[in-house]
Amino acid sequence: MRMTLADMYNTPDERNLLDTMKQGIIGKPLDRPEGPLKVTGTATYSAEYKLDGCVEGVLVLADIPQGTVSTIHRDDVVAMPGVLAVLADEAMVRRSTQGTSGKAPAQDVQTVDYFAQPVALVVAETFEQAREAALALKIEYEGAGNPVPFDPESADAEVETPSDSKPVKGGDLEQAMRDAAFAIDVDYDTPGHASAAMEPHATIAEWQDDRLILRGSYQMLAFNVKEIADCLSISPKKVRIIAPYVGGGFGSKLGITHEAVAAAIAAKELGRPVRVVMTRQQVFQTVMRRSETRQRVRLAADAAGKLIGLGHEALVSNLPDEDFAEPVTQATEFLYGGENRLLKVEVARICRMTAGSVRAPGEAVGMQVLEAAMDELAEKAGLDPVELRKRNLPAKVPVEGTPYSSRMLVEALEQGAAQLGWDRRKPSPCQTREGDWWIGMGVASAARVNVMIPAEARVTLNADGTALVETDQTDIGTGTYAILGQIAGEMLGLPISKVRVVLGDTSLPAGAGSGGSFGAISTGSAVMRACEAIRKKLGKKLGCEGDALEITDGMASHGEKQCSLIDLLDGEDMAEIGSIKPGKTFKDFSQASYGAFFAEVGVHAFTGEVRVRRMTGAFGFGRVLNAKTARSQCLGGMVWGIGSALTEELAFDMRDGHLVNHDLAEYHVPVHADVPALDVILLEERDAAASPLQAKGVGELGICGAAGAIANAVYNACGVRVRSFPLTLDKIIPHLPDPFVSPA
Amino acid sequence: MKAFALDHATSAQGAIHALQHGGTVIAGGTNLVDLMKLQIAAPDRVISIRRTELGEMALDGEGLRIGALVTNADCAADMRVREHWPLLAKAILAGASPQLRNRATTGGNLCQRTRCGYFYDTTQACNKRDPGAGCAARSGFNRIHAVLGTSDSCIATYPGDMAVAMLALDAVVLTEGPSGPREIPIAAFHRMPGDDPSRDNVLEAGELITAVRLPAPTGGIQLYRKVRDRASYAFALVSVAVDVTMDQGRIARCALAFGSLGTVPWRDPAVEQVLIGEEPSAALFAKAANVLLKDAKGLGANDFKIPLAARALAATLNEATQAGKA
Repeated sequence: MRMTLADMYNTPDERNLLDTMKQGIIGKPLDRPEGPLKVTGTATYSAEYKLDGCVEGVLVLADIPQGTVSTIHRDDVVAMPGVLAVLADEAMVRRSTQGTSGKAPAQDVQTVDYFAQPVALVVAETFEQAREAALALKIEYEGAGNPVPFDPESADAEVETPSDSKPVKGGDLEQAMRDAAFAIDVDYDTPGHASAAMEPHATIAEWQDDRLILRGSYQMLAFNVKEIADCLSISPKKVRIIAPYVGGGFGSKLGITHEAVAAAIAAKELGRPVRVVMTRQQVFQTVMRRSETRQRVRLAADAAGKLIGLGHEALVSNLPDEDFAEPVTQATEFLYGGENRLLKVEVARICRMTAGSVRAPGEAVGMQVLEAAMDELAEKAGLDPVELRKRNLPAKVPVEGTPYSSRMLVEALEQGAAQLGWDRRKPSPCQTREGDWWIGMGVASAARVNVMIPAEARVTLNADGTALVETDQTDIGTGTYAILGQIAGEMLGLPISKVRVVLGDTSLPAGAGSGGSFGAISTGSAVMRACEAIRKKLGKKLGCEGDALEITDGMASHGEKQCSLIDLLDGEDMAEIGSIKPGKTFKDFSQASYGAFFAEVGVHAFTGEVRVRRMTGAFGFGRVLNAKTARSQCLGGMVWGIGSALTEELAFDMRDGHLVNHDLAEYHVPVHADVPALDVILLEERDAAASPLQAKGVGELGICGAAGAIANAVYNACGVRVRSFPLTLDKIIPHLPDPFVSPA
Repeated sequence: MKAFALDHATSAQGAIHALQHGGTVIAGGTNLVDLMKLQIAAPDRVISIRRTELGEMALDGEGLRIGALVTNADCAADMRVREHWPLLAKAILAGASPQLRNRATTGGNLCQRTRCGYFYDTTQACNKRDPGAGCAARSGFNRIHAVLGTSDSCIATYPGDMAVAMLALDAVVLTEGPSGPREIPIAAFHRMPGDDPSRDNVLEAGELITAVRLPAPTGGIQLYRKVRDRASYAFALVSVAVDVTMDQGRIARCALAFGSLGTVPWRDPAVEQVLIGEEPSAALFAKAANVLLKDAKGLGANDFKIPLAARALAATLNEATQAGKA
C-alpha cells in the first residue's frame, strides 16, 4: 500500500479514541500470548528450524587488525571430513549494518578493517566439522598501508564532527561560567558496551529458485530485506525474512550482520539451505559495540541554583567512513535550561569493531554523565538534588524554543522520592554505616526522545467475530504480540482471546521494526488506524460514524441500535491496512519520555564493592499500553543501568584493538544477586502529539540516567566521586576513608 | 572441536591404565569441554571416570576423605563439611553457579585452568597454552592477573575458590599413578609458572587424583571472603580464606590462604606468624598485609590487587577475630 499524505502524523489526534472505547483491555497487565511457548521451549527461534539438507557454516575471523587477505589455504581445509566449501565472496560484509540504513554495509571481506573481522565462511555437513575446519583454515595477509590507531585518545586518531550531528550553540557559555554563582566543569568517561542479547545472531538461508528465504534474528525486517538484497544485488522483492521470535536485540540486530549475508551466499553456492550461528565470542567481537565516550560537562548556575549555562561535549569513536556517532548530547538539548550553551559530539576514527546503536544510543551514556554532574552541582549549590532538577525545567526547549508535548518529570521525581524514602537521605556523605557498609542514596532524571518510524499493519475482522493483526513488526522480547492484540481488541470491542497477532514475516505489511523505543507507537498506531477504518465500515453498516460506534465483547451498538459483529459482517471478512508516518507533530513539539531514578547503595568500607540495595524508577511515557510489559521494559533498563554503573565494560587491548573480554564470563552483565527488588511506578499520561495512541516510547527509558543515580548514591554513601564508569572497586578504594573509623 | 573417542573407565586403576596410554581424563567436564571447543585441548581419546568408585566421601581416621568425583555441590552440602570444615563449603558456594557445581568435581576443580583471556584466545601469544610463544597478557589488559608468584613467562592466576579453602585447611591431595600412590600436601600441588607455565600442577603423566583428605577439624572461626566485580558468578579479584582461633582476646592459631592474588593458591606462613599471639588490631592486620605483599608486583591494570588484598585481609580478620571473641 502506498503511503499518502493522510498517513503523516501532522496534527495531534486529540480525539483520544482509545479512552472512548469500552472493551477495557488497553493498558491492562495482560500476559504475553506467546509466553507459554517461550517458557516451554516451543517458540521456534531462528536457528531452530529443521530444513531438509541444511548444512552448517562457521565464520572465520581475522587475527590481524588491518590488512588485506593475500592467500586463503582452502585446499588443506576442503580435504577435511565433511567440508563442503570455503567462501570469501566479495559480497560478504566486513561490517555489520547500521540501523535503518536499508543498504549494504562495507563489503569485500578481503580487506580487513578491525581485529576479528569475518573474512571467510567454512561450510560442512556438521557444525563440529565446520568449526574444526574454520580453526584449521590458514590465511595469509599483507600489512596495512595506513594504519588507523586503536585508541580514540591517540594523537594519531583523526577527529571529525559527524555528518549528522550539528553542534548546539547559544549565547556565551564561557561568560556564563565566569558569571556563575556555582560552576561545575568536569570530565567523565564511559566504556564501550555489548548488547549481549541472549540469542546469538543466527540465520538459516534457503533459496527457492531465485527467491531467498532467511530465517533469522533481526529487529527491523523491512530494512533488513533491502540490506540483504543490496548485498546480493538482487531485488528486495526476491527476499523474504521470517523472524517471529527474536531473543533480544538491544540494537545489535537493527541491521543485517555478517552471518546472514554469508549464509545466503553459501546457500546459493551449494544449492542447499545453510545455517550460520555465531558463537558468543563472535557476537561480542564482530556485531556492534556501543562507543566509549569522554564527556566534558560544564554547568553554570546562579545563586538560586538555576542554570544560566550548560556545556556538554563528547568524544566518541567509530571506524572510518561510518556515519554513526553515539549521539551523547541528544537529551541534554531539551532536558534542562541554561540559554548559554554548547553541545557537541566529535568522533575519533579508530580501528575496532563497528560502533552503532546499543540500547538508548545517546541517552544511555549521555544522561548518566549529565546526571552525575548535576549531583556535583547540587552539592556545590547546597541544594537537594531533587530540588535542583525541579528548578531547572524550562518552559520551552532552550535555543530552539519548541514547546514540550508532555513532560511528567516533576511527578516522577516526587513520586520516586516518596517511594524510596528520599527524606531519610543524609545531605553529606559518610553519615550512614551498617556494619562494614557505607549506605547512601542518589537520584537521576530519565529522558529519552520519542521517535516514530513509518509503519503499516493489516487488521482483519473475521466473519466469525475474531480478529487477526498482521505485520512484519518484530517482537524482540518486548511484548509486541501482547500490545498489538490489546490495541486491536480495544478498538474492535473484542476480548483478547478473540484477537490473534502474527508478526515477523516480510510477506506481511511492513511495520516499524523494533528499535529506538519506536515499535509500539509506530506499528501500534498503524494497527489502530486499520481498526478505525474497520470501525468506519461497521458504523456504516449500523448507520453511524465510526467514532460513534460502541463495541463491547463483539456486540456493536449505537443509541438504541445493537447488533453483534458476526451479524454485521454477515459471512464476510473485513480487512484494512492502517499506516502512519512521522509528520509535523515531531517538528512542532519536543517529544520525549521522562522519569526519575532513585537508588540506595551500600559501599563496602574495606573493599569498595558496591551493591545496589534498593532502586525505584518512576516513568511517564504517555499512555501505558500494557502495564506488565511496560514495567518489564523499565525493569530491564534499570538492570542494565546497574551494569552500566558498576560492571559492564568492553576491554580492548590497545596494541591490536582486539576485545579481551569477549564472553559472558568476563563481560559482566548484572546477575540476579546484583539486582535487588526494583520498584517501577508507571505514571498515567496522555500525549496526543506523540501518536494517535497517546503513547510515547518506553523501551529504552529505563536505562537513560539509571547509572547516574547509582553513582550519585555511591558518593552519598562514601564520599568517593568516580568520574569513570563503571565504578569498579579499583577506582573506589584509593579514596575511601579509613574503614576502622566510624562516622562522626 | 576435533572428533574424539570417549571411553568409560569403571575403576581408578582402569582410568590410570588409560591415562598411561595417552588418554585424557574427563570428570564433570566443566572446564575441559570449553577447552576442547576452542581446541586448546584436543585429545583423541577421552576417558570418563564418572563410573569409577571415586565418588565417595568418608571419615578417614581423624579427617575426611573426599573422593575425586564428589561434586562441588555434594561436598558443599555435606553435613560433616558444613559443621567441621565450613570454610570449604563457603568457598565452594562462592564459586560458579548451582548448575556448574552440580557437575564440577573435587579432582577436576583442583586441575581447573586459568581464566586469563590471552590463554583462551588462540590468536594471542600464551606460554601456558603454547610453550615458548610469549606472554601477551604481561603488557596487555592484565586487570585479573597475579601480583605474586609471577614470572617473565606467565602472570596467570589459578582462578578457583575450593583449593584456596583446602590450602588454609592443610588438605592433602591423594593420587595414584605409575609409581604408586602419593600424598601431596596441597601447598605443594599447584606449580608456580617459572619458565614452564604449561604445567599447572605437579601431577605426573599417568597420575590421577583419587581423593582429597582434610585433616581433623580445627574448631576455629572459618570465613571465606571473595571480592569480585559482581555479586555472584564471577571469578575472584582477591579472595581470603581464614581459619582463626582466639584465646583470651589474642589470636591463638590462624591459617590464611588467598585466591586470585598469586599464580597459585597462596599461603605464606610468615603472615600467620605475625598474627599468632597478638591482639587483633588495625595495625596488626596492616603489618600482616605488609608481610604478605612485600614481594607483590603489579603490572598496571592489576596494581589495585595489592591494596585490595590488604583491605580484604583486614576486613576478614576483623570479622573473624571479633566472632572468635564473642
